[in-house]
Amino acid sequence: MRTIAKQTVVDAVAAICIDANRHLPEDVLASFARAKAAETLPAAREIFGQLEENAALAASTGLPLCQDCGLGVFFVEAGEGVRLSEGTLREAVNEGMVKGYKDGYLRKSTCDPFTRKNVGDNSPAIVHFDLVAGESLRICMMAKGGGSENMSRVMMLAPAQGWNGVREFVIRRVAESGSNPCPPILVGVGIGGNFELAAINSKKALMRDVDDVHPDPEVAAMEADLLASINRLGIGPMGLGGATTCLGVKIKVAPCHLASLPLAVNIQCHSARHKEVTL
Amino acid sequence: MAEQHLTTPMTDADVEKLHAGDVVYLTGIIYTGRDAAHKRLVEALDAGRELPFDPKGAVIYYVGPSPARPGYPIGAAGPTTSYRMDSYAPRLIAEGLRGMIGKGMRAPEVKAAMAARKAVYFGATGGAGALLGLRIKEARVVAYEDLGPEAVRELSVIDFPVLVINDCHGGDLYAVPDLEAALGA
Repeated sequence: MRTIAKQTVVDAVAAICIDANRHLPEDVLASFARAKAAETLPAAREIFGQLEENAALAASTGLPLCQDCGLGVFFVEAGEGVRLSEGTLREAVNEGMVKGYKDGYLRKSTCDPFTRKNVGDNSPAIVHFDLVAGESLRICMMAKGGGSENMSRVMMLAPAQGWNGVREFVIRRVAESGSNPCPPILVGVGIGGNFELAAINSKKALMRDVDDVHPDPEVAAMEADLLASINRLGIGPMGLGGATTCLGVKIKVAPCHLASLPLAVNIQCHSARHKEVTL
Repeated sequence: MAEQHLTTPMTDADVEKLHAGDVVYLTGIIYTGRDAAHKRLVEALDAGRELPFDPKGAVIYYVGPSPARPGYPIGAAGPTTSYRMDSYAPRLIAEGLRGMIGKGMRAPEVKAAMAARKAVYFGATGGAGALLGLRIKEARVVAYEDLGPEAVRELSVIDFPVLVINDCHGGDLYAVPDLEAALGA
């Protein structure tokens, strides 16, 4: 059994929260450069230019990339041979998130659903745990903004609808979202599982690199089909038209009930902010 | 598409000369307001109270900025999605609001109010929060401080870059999604 000091977790989580909000992942920046080069529409190229300039300014000034610093969403792979020096892992992650959002001058966006009163410290962190073998702790953080999250949906399809039903639902969801979620977007798709697992998988899928190819060739083909199809919508960067509505589609598949075909579509804005740390 | 420089407050003539696709650089005072602030603004109007700022010719920026770092007037300050303000916007336009800055699509009722009362909807680049925040020279809270990031702030801007999405003539810049092309395998 390995013991990790609680403060080590708190400090590591605070650091990745700040880092995620100031520095876009390299794979996301590389996808901007590729898409910008492929765009012929001046407005689309202009938007990519602004996004690249924004990323450079955030890195140089320490301002967050986006004023919506998101809810702090965490996927934690906790080794079964690890324990904390004090308290629970959930408390440590939450404390680290609160510290990061305070020290990093990040916006606190959690509120009461009815009174809309701001909680004040961005808590509670939304933490999904997986118990894994070993003695290490892998913590992945996503700063998930409200604008793109609002465009996301869960749908319980009938099994008879199959892949065509999945494909049509995803494409229509992106079409109806239009310019709202800050395109160019990434689309996380959870297929199978049940009501909540499809949703969690659709978000987990977004942790993959933009240019990552799914190891299962059939799923990789589905991702490629959806990406090409969505980009024929012509919504374009910020809805101004162009070839790049979507930078990548990431699918995560799980077995489901005989009666069901669960589907979740998690829309991610172009500011795809996520960082991870292994302790 | 033209490039125009405008100072706030805006006049009817300012609004009429704008067309979807125009690049506009705004200078002067603009006010921030998003979900919770809009609810309070309309409640104030319903109760017959004065608004915390003069709505005549005003421009509202749908934004909830991040906290200001030492040495900066404001943090990141890009637009939030506008449709959530659609149920309140016609009421404010009726009070003289001339400009809204946000991102994303507006409801038909808002576009109708813009045409009838001479108002314009500007888009700013969503997710360019650092870039846009650095164009704001001064910021102070003028109402609803308890709302935190959602408080109404008075912003002083110089050449703040926006794009006309919906003009008062019925023009709409957003691309219409080609669903047929996308669905056809």
